[in-house]
Amino acid sequence: MKGGDDAKVLAGGQSLIPLLKLRLASPTRLVDINGIPGLEYIRESGGYLRMGALTRMADLEASDLIMKRYPIIHDASVEIADPTVRNLGTVGGNISHGDPANDLPAIMLALEAEFVAEGGSGSRTMKAEGFFVDTFTTALNHNEILTEIRVPMASPRSGGSYLKLEKRIGDFAIAGSAVQLSLNSRGECERLGVGLTAVGPTAIKAKKAEEALKGKKLTDEGAIRRVGELAAEAASPTTDLRGPADYKKEMVKVLTIRSLKRAYQRAQRGGM
Amino acid sequence: MEGGKTKMHIAVTLNGKKYDADVEPRLLLVHFIRENLGLTGTHIGCDTSNCGACTVLVDGKAVKSCTVLAVQTNGKEVLTVEGLAKGGKLHPIQEGFWEKHGLQCGFCTPGMMMAAYALLQKNPSPSEEEIRRGISGNLCRCTGYVKIVESIQYAADKMMMAERKMEVPAK
Amino acid sequence: MGHGVKRKEDPRFIQGKGNYVDDVKLPGMLFLDFVRSPYAHARIKSINADKAKALPGVVAVLTGKDLVPLGLDWIPTLSSDKMMVLPTEKVVFQMQEVVGIVAEDRYTAADAVSLVEVEYEPLPAVTNPMKALEPGAPIVRPDKGTNHVFHWEVGDKAATEKLFSGADVVVKQELYYPRIHVSYMETAGCVADFDQVRGHLTLWMTTQAPHAVRTVAALVTKIPENNIRIISPDIGGGFGGKVYVYPGYIVAAVASIVTGHPVKWINDRSDDQPSTAFGRDWHMTAELAAKKDGTMLGVRIKTVSDHGAFFGDANPSKFPAGLFSICTGSYDLKGGFAEVDGAYTNKPLGGITYRCSFRVTEAVYAIERMVDVLAYKIGMDPTDLRMKNFIPSNKFPYKSIFGWTYDSGNYTAALKKAMDKIGYWDLRKEQAEKRKKGELMGIGVSSFTEIVGAGPSAQFDILGIKMFDSAEIRIHPTGKAIARFGTKSQGQGHETTYAQIIAEELGLPIEDITVEEGDTDTAPYGLGTYASRSTPTAGAAAAMASRKIRDKARKLAAHLLEAREEDLVWERGKFYVKGSPERAKTIQDIAFAAYTNHPPGVEAGLEAVDYYDPPNMTFPFGSYICVVDIDRGTGQPKVRRFVAVDDCGNIINPLIVEGQIHGALAMGFGTSFLEEIKYDEDGNVFGANFMDYLIPTAVETPKWETEKTTTPSPHHPFGAKGVGESATVGSPAAFVNAVVDALSQGGIPHIDMPLSPWKIWNALKEKGLAMEA
Repeated sequence: MKGGDDAKVLAGGQSLIPLLKLRLASPTRLVDINGIPGLEYIRESGGYLRMGALTRMADLEASDLIMKRYPIIHDASVEIADPTVRNLGTVGGNISHGDPANDLPAIMLALEAEFVAEGGSGSRTMKAEGFFVDTFTTALNHNEILTEIRVPMASPRSGGSYLKLEKRIGDFAIAGSAVQLSLNSRGECERLGVGLTAVGPTAIKAKKAEEALKGKKLTDEGAIRRVGELAAEAASPTTDLRGPADYKKEMVKVLTIRSLKRAYQRAQRGGM
Repeated sequence: MEGGKTKMHIAVTLNGKKYDADVEPRLLLVHFIRENLGLTGTHIGCDTSNCGACTVLVDGKAVKSCTVLAVQTNGKEVLTVEGLAKGGKLHPIQEGFWEKHGLQCGFCTPGMMMAAYALLQKNPSPSEEEIRRGISGNLCRCTGYVKIVESIQYAADKMMMAERKMEVPAK
Repeated sequence: MGHGVKRKEDPRFIQGKGNYVDDVKLPGMLFLDFVRSPYAHARIKSINADKAKALPGVVAVLTGKDLVPLGLDWIPTLSSDKMMVLPTEKVVFQMQEVVGIVAEDRYTAADAVSLVEVEYEPLPAVTNPMKALEPGAPIVRPDKGTNHVFHWEVGDKAATEKLFSGADVVVKQELYYPRIHVSYMETAGCVADFDQVRGHLTLWMTTQAPHAVRTVAALVTKIPENNIRIISPDIGGGFGGKVYVYPGYIVAAVASIVTGHPVKWINDRSDDQPSTAFGRDWHMTAELAAKKDGTMLGVRIKTVSDHGAFFGDANPSKFPAGLFSICTGSYDLKGGFAEVDGAYTNKPLGGITYRCSFRVTEAVYAIERMVDVLAYKIGMDPTDLRMKNFIPSNKFPYKSIFGWTYDSGNYTAALKKAMDKIGYWDLRKEQAEKRKKGELMGIGVSSFTEIVGAGPSAQFDILGIKMFDSAEIRIHPTGKAIARFGTKSQGQGHETTYAQIIAEELGLPIEDITVEEGDTDTAPYGLGTYASRSTPTAGAAAAMASRKIRDKARKLAAHLLEAREEDLVWERGKFYVKGSPERAKTIQDIAFAAYTNHPPGVEAGLEAVDYYDPPNMTFPFGSYICVVDIDRGTGQPKVRRFVAVDDCGNIINPLIVEGQIHGALAMGFGTSFLEEIKYDEDGNVFGANFMDYLIPTAVETPKWETEKTTTPSPHHPFGAKGVGESATVGSPAAFVNAVVDALSQGGIPHIDMPLSPWKIWNALKEKGLAMEA
């Protein structure tokens, strides 16, 4: 991208413009990518749910496909910021801003999403895991933008859920837990994805928690509890206005258990 | 935002009227509306995109005009509170706010009405819960919201009735 | 009166034609912005504004040193202290204004702010008022030599001690009423326009008290008072935060004098929140003494109050702790003692804001919280305990132990109505059943007594100016009227309410009456709008001025009807001759005659002015009941229902009164659950913008259920009382009582506001009530 390291990409602008107004960022160049055609879509093809990077949050919220097949994304889409902000805020922006308090990063980690980036040296695909490097830092290069977010297509016996705890609607989360669950034909956990919001420098993939349920029935309360505990162990929150660190850690446990139970209900209903 | 003095040319249709202007790229839409165009009905209540006092419609979608650059609306249509009444007749949303005491100091009101306008475009008969969620990006410090909800319900009913009347062929 | 008339002011607001300060645009207008202190307490070693001055578009840079020759580096506060406008030696709170930048537009001014280099030498800060009062604490105000601002007390200390030592039960609880911010939707701002030829200053400003500002400005600046015009245009919410005079107003005025241009200053939200007046910050230790059977005997409260760096409470002069002495509440007590010690800290000034009725919020919170603490201690239902101890309705006017004469009240009726409306005893049953299932639900009651309408001039003044208020009514020849007032609406709907009063008194149609406020060149002198005083004072003045007009109209009617004055009968809008109703003259006929056919010996014209000095305060009251459910996994509280029964005497416009109550309830809700401005030990401020300072949205705000009882004020001309703050005063105790009630099975005596999920969860966890999911 021309303008070098100092340039910033303007997508929906709902995170960037507030930063500019408060003069927390002062790029010499803003590159408005809203004019790039063909980056607003939500569709399933080639084994993936594909979302164009400029897809607005409001479009996620309104999408039947998302509501019916990817409720974990729908859960977030109705609670990100507020409806007016969601009209402009984009999927790509929410992810590439690298804010651990944003909701989609944790969900993408739970869903094992892939991100397609385009830049000077062409196109490349990255896994969600490893993409979130540090607070406000992602694996994107300065000369790259996200173009597509792809999520493995939902299988029939899968279900997901996103729960976050807020002091007030529209506030940054105290903590959030994204859970995506796939069952085998015997009703046992085949795959579990757990992503955490606002409890560390980046969104967190709670890998030990993900492993803990493999091959187990979802009626096993002890196992479910163990997932919650392991998710809490993966969290490294800090104390701030939204609550003390130990409380947030506990909330990761509570939210993960609740989210897992809801994901299970949905999986039993065929994802809904 | 810091910025040089280079200016960009934009052409914006606001409340049905076309405006051409040369503006700094960093100029916020809300300042463009208030200061360049002199329409002061759109207000500024915060600097962190939380309060919604500056809500306007851009190409039919509600946006916070403090979080959009004026240059981003080049070639687009903007609707502000001043564009709600038509031919001296109040819009049902305006009527609702007046009728149901949906405002006190009036500062959040234009943004609140524009959010309500966008909500009713998408969802003509919202439930109370849907109204409350629909205006959750707009803060009001005076009313305690109950009367705002009633104002929007009033407008929804009135707009539905008007729609039905239009559907009935004139005898 | 008594009708929910649609508001006269609304057509302009709903069409985007309100006129707020930031809408004022004058030719050649410049823009003022501030460099603010990153430190809570620091010596200023140097200020280098060369780069800012060199920026194209920058017109002037003002520092404290520039204000010294004008005697404006410090100005008097409303509490006979003084406050810094711009610092010359040190800053005393984070985000304090340090340097004013005047530029051609707001973007350039903001650019220049970031170019100013200020060198600071940080000093140890003190942000805890208890620590501030300890020996050896950093001194915030070297000119005072101490952080102790004042000591105030009321009641008989020794007798109270005796009362307490003889009591069967004494409950004691520390209660902190946190520091909050009114967060009006429109931030503070002004446009100053100094006319160098006339030596005349016009100041459009966000003020709730324009006349008081003019007088103080005249005394401070030496500009003759007739050369100062304060215009308070439409105000986007005030709630007490716009009674104060902020450095921005002063620096804008100076900048206009210096540059010869009009100068606008509008605070950004993130600047406004941490630098303008806070509310509360009141650390109480409260005690209640009672007999075993629940008969309440006495109250004792010791308070340390945090005033920031300047004692600037917008308070009546004789009441440094405001009207905290209303803390005996709705109860017939035998004795009590209350004391307050004020402390300077490294924070901005304030205290009296946020719809607090001069510290009545803190007083009511204390007594209503303590009644519940006592109820749990002795195992009595909180409503039974209240009913048992209410001042009986036949004891009014009631003299409280701290010296107030409550004008009228019927507390039992209000609580009974609230209990019936919400189905109190059914809720208690439901609560018992839920407990068995392990679910947490709480019911909270608050039966408050307010004190508003300052006030009788013998007791109430601000900087010596008595707290009367005024109305001036002129009837035009065609029977239309203009009425002007010394108060200033910030959303309360004065244009409608006052018109209704005049319409009632003179029989004019409401639409024929124009109401104006806020321009000191035209309005009669008054003390402004705050502390729920407008209806009790200026509203009364409207009635009294109308009655003066009616007296004159009688003379004119007698002349027109060729009858004796005493033979005329007034019937809404006309005089007729006793026994001959057909011989009548309408108020419009009479108005025309006042200018075209007035009798010899009677002055032409039909107008009157009244300065109303109320004989007493008014004492509105009510009972609120809140139902809350608690999530045992997260501590998240959810208000399920809230019933408010208010009694503000005779109501002029029920729609407006309901709106006032709803709004104040929402503020009480915000205080109870969400809002707080915090400081760390170094004086760093948290909760200083709308990202971190959470005011309620429509989603969590409860659906208010309101009812009323009507107990008129016996001394007000039409039996009204104030109402604007009743619900901020009364509701926090109901919310907190409900949450604590939900946790009462764990024996949790109290949780301080704001009741955030983590505080509730911590309490649950401590008592083994928290659930893992």
